[in-house]
Amino acid sequence: MEILCFGVSKDIVQSSKLDLSSNSIGTVGALKAYLLNTYPEFRKYNSFIIAVNQVYADDSQDISSNDEIAIIPPVSGG
Amino acid sequence: MDGKIDIQILDTPLSLDECYDFATDPLCGSILLFVGTVRNHNKGKDVLYLDFETYKPMALKEMETIAKECQDQFQIHNIAIHHREGKVNILSKAVVIAVSSVHREEGFQACKYAIDNLKSRVPIWKKEFLLNGSYWVNSRP
Repeated sequence: MEILCFGVSKDIVQSSKLDLSSNSIGTVGALKAYLLNTYPEFRKYNSFIIAVNQVYADDSQDISSNDEIAIIPPVSGG
Repeated sequence: MDGKIDIQILDTPLSLDECYDFATDPLCGSILLFVGTVRNHNKGKDVLYLDFETYKPMALKEMETIAKECQDQFQIHNIAIHHREGKVNILSKAVVIAVSSVHREEGFQACKYAIDNLKSRVPIWKKEFLLNGSYWVNSRP
């Protein structure tokens, strides 16, 4: 499962892409829990969102390696 | 109300004329332009320049959705939203929004809706470069 990283999340994982071999991550909520455990720095940011196939996703949404998954930290365009 | 939509993310300077010309419509007596420019200070610190990162395919989709919402909710005709990516210097345009409508009031409302939602929803991130370092805006612990 490949996760796209942007903004501060790219700095936290020190890469623009995160490759997760674990098949145990089946939902957006599970992915968030994994990220918080693996990269405790994410705990400083209470509002990072996961996008699945370029749409903002809820914690309950199922994910698989076929999906395009991205970590969306607080946005700051404009 | 049917109208045209032009959404772009560019690594070159934004053109007011291009946005304005796209928005013009013989049915419309009002064109509103919003321009977000890069200022030289933030929270008391001197800013040297910005660097915008985008999740481009999703950002384009989200900008398109916002443009459609503007057309649905405010009866505007045409709307152009152009945003920069990459390094952007002080005084440069970071975002341009142009909206045409029959009368001015719905244009003002649509322009405000578009920039407010762009800033809160569209996956674009600005990094501020200061004299003594840089940081992602909105992402300081």
